Amino acid sequence: MDMLELRGIDKVYRSRGKAPVHAVRALDMAVEKGEIVALLGSSGCGKTSTLRMIAGFEDVSAGSIALGGRRIHELPPARRKVAMAFEGYSLYPPLTVRENIAFALKSAQLPRAEVTRRVDEIARLVEIEDILDSYPRAISGGQQQRVSLARALVRDADLYLLDEPMGQLEPQLRAVLRGRIKSLLAERGMTAIFVTHDQTEASALADRIAVMEGGVLQQFASEKELKGRPANLFVASFIGEPPMNLLDAGVTQSDGGFRLSVGTDMAFDINGAGLDSEAAKALAGAPQVRIGIRPQKIVVGTGDVRVKVVSNQWLGDQSHVAGDCGGRMLIAVTSGRVAARPGDIVPFALEPRHLHIFGSDGTCIRHAEVS
Amino acid sequence: MEHSSLAGRIFRGVALTLILIFFMFPIVWIFLMSFQTNEQILRIPPRILFEPTFANYEALISGQLRTAAGNLQISFMRNLFNSVVLSSAAVLLALLLGVPAAYAFARFKFRLGESIAFTLLSFRFAPPLLVLLPLSLYYQELGLNDTYFGIVWVYQLIALPLILWIVRGYFEDISPDIEHAYRLAGHSWREAFTRIAVPLAGPGIAAAGLLSFIFCWNNFVFALILASADKQPVTVGALAFVTASGIQYGQIAAAIVLSVTPTLLLALYAQRYLVEGLSLGAVKG
Repeated sequence: MDMLELRGIDKVYRSRGKAPVHAVRALDMAVEKGEIVALLGSSGCGKTSTLRMIAGFEDVSAGSIALGGRRIHELPPARRKVAMAFEGYSLYPPLTVRENIAFALKSAQLPRAEVTRRVDEIARLVEIEDILDSYPRAISGGQQQRVSLARALVRDADLYLLDEPMGQLEPQLRAVLRGRIKSLLAERGMTAIFVTHDQTEASALADRIAVMEGGVLQQFASEKELKGRPANLFVASFIGEPPMNLLDAGVTQSDGGFRLSVGTDMAFDINGAGLDSEAAKALAGAPQVRIGIRPQKIVVGTGDVRVKVVSNQWLGDQSHVAGDCGGRMLIAVTSGRVAARPGDIVPFALEPRHLHIFGSDGTCIRHAEVS
Repeated sequence: MEHSSLAGRIFRGVALTLILIFFMFPIVWIFLMSFQTNEQILRIPPRILFEPTFANYEALISGQLRTAAGNLQISFMRNLFNSVVLSSAAVLLALLLGVPAAYAFARFKFRLGESIAFTLLSFRFAPPLLVLLPLSLYYQELGLNDTYFGIVWVYQLIALPLILWIVRGYFEDISPDIEHAYRLAGHSWREAFTRIAVPLAGPGIAAAGLLSFIFCWNNFVFALILASADKQPVTVGALAFVTASGIQYGQIAAAIVLSVTPTLLLALYAQRYLVEGLSLGAVKG
């Protein structure tokens, strides 16, 4: 059964004298028990609003929220059985770190020994054992963030909401904590939603990722599916590092298929037999499409697309080669080192089967074949 | 601070002394006056060295004012008592009403919210006398003339806006997420208000309370019009020293010393907490 169910959630912020802001639109989402979900998007995409509506600090303008079968969107925060780590940490200043973490457990009237045991355990997990007796003002931002995380994870709740849980941590620690938190959540079957704008974090921690933009859920799927089968142009360009190469292409019908031409420099033949009928119909009706190809799918050194190298960076384990092809920028990523200097002419190979094709409204007409 | 040069330290010492003398002189002079007779005070040139007398304080405490024109009954101690009762009651009432209101203005956006807050502040714009004339008529109708309650009520014009606006700022400085975290841990917003917001805004509430106490204490014109002798505070009571046979400077000085003392003690006492509280209030991460 679904643990959390969001149905038709709308959030409109109204303030006098200003145009209303539609922060979240018609959001439908279901999270299974024990699942870890990332809300991914740029600032102002509605991800934090969504989190705060689930926690109960914002009313929903329309729609309903159910948690563990209970309708919670009209309950006060105290009765929703939700724990949250805040982006601004929001520790209680007059209490020590230990008291901050133990606070909710004490409120729930757990025995003292149990409280101590759990606080010590979670403190070890996020590496804050040595600051348990400090006050929040005396510790660093990164430490405060870990305390805030510990304060949420130590509780017994139906759902854990983590708002940018690791934004302030150093990269090494972040990687370690991600692993530990993921195994803690999995071990206890905890359901969690976290907000992030870091794709690596989302991929590493989450079972499924909800990509949001402009208050609209663009796609809610696993990382693999987001990369391989992006629902639309936004997801395609947002997910992946470096971003997908996107080119405008004209569509002409050729015998039994379609020919996509990018200017006079590139042309791709799409076999009509490999297309489903919807995609064929969409392509037949569209004079112009956008095609996308992942930088990792471009082969450098062979092929018939000639590019002039603009930059060539060796990152230690991969090369990023950026090239200019008739005024369009193409980026290729290869695992080997490429011997090319800026200004050199290098062949790139782009295979038709690796192309994602998007209609003019941004929806995906055809995904690349999974290889 | 430890690294400043000798010249810098000397300069700072001199500057501080000058400022201290400038600000403290009137108070010291009044303090000295309170131990002098009228003749000593009016002597020209004035002297720093004199034979101190406690006659002024005796007269105030016993309520017998001896003048050239004969003995005069004054009720200074009664006035002092009234001042304490009126100011404390007014501040308590204003805190009771103003702190929740300040919280509401800081946390919730509601219709006409800003207008109401501004209207409350605008009470401080109007000259008190303008308010007093109609008010005294109403008070007569309502039977509130010459009652403690009536004066405490009218003191809300002084105390309430002050508390509301100062405390509101303090509440706005506290991250609402701290209260949110508390509420998620199983508490109502009412508990979040009393257990989190009020203690965190404590220094601000104390400062606002202290300021409005001082303003109420120093108010003159409200009680002058709305109360008779036995309900009047020291500010009005001091008028009694302007007698038919002259102005009793010595007693006025003693009265000032006595009436300043409670607020001064309160301020010194509260200062400790103000500083302590402010340094604790590291609310923002």
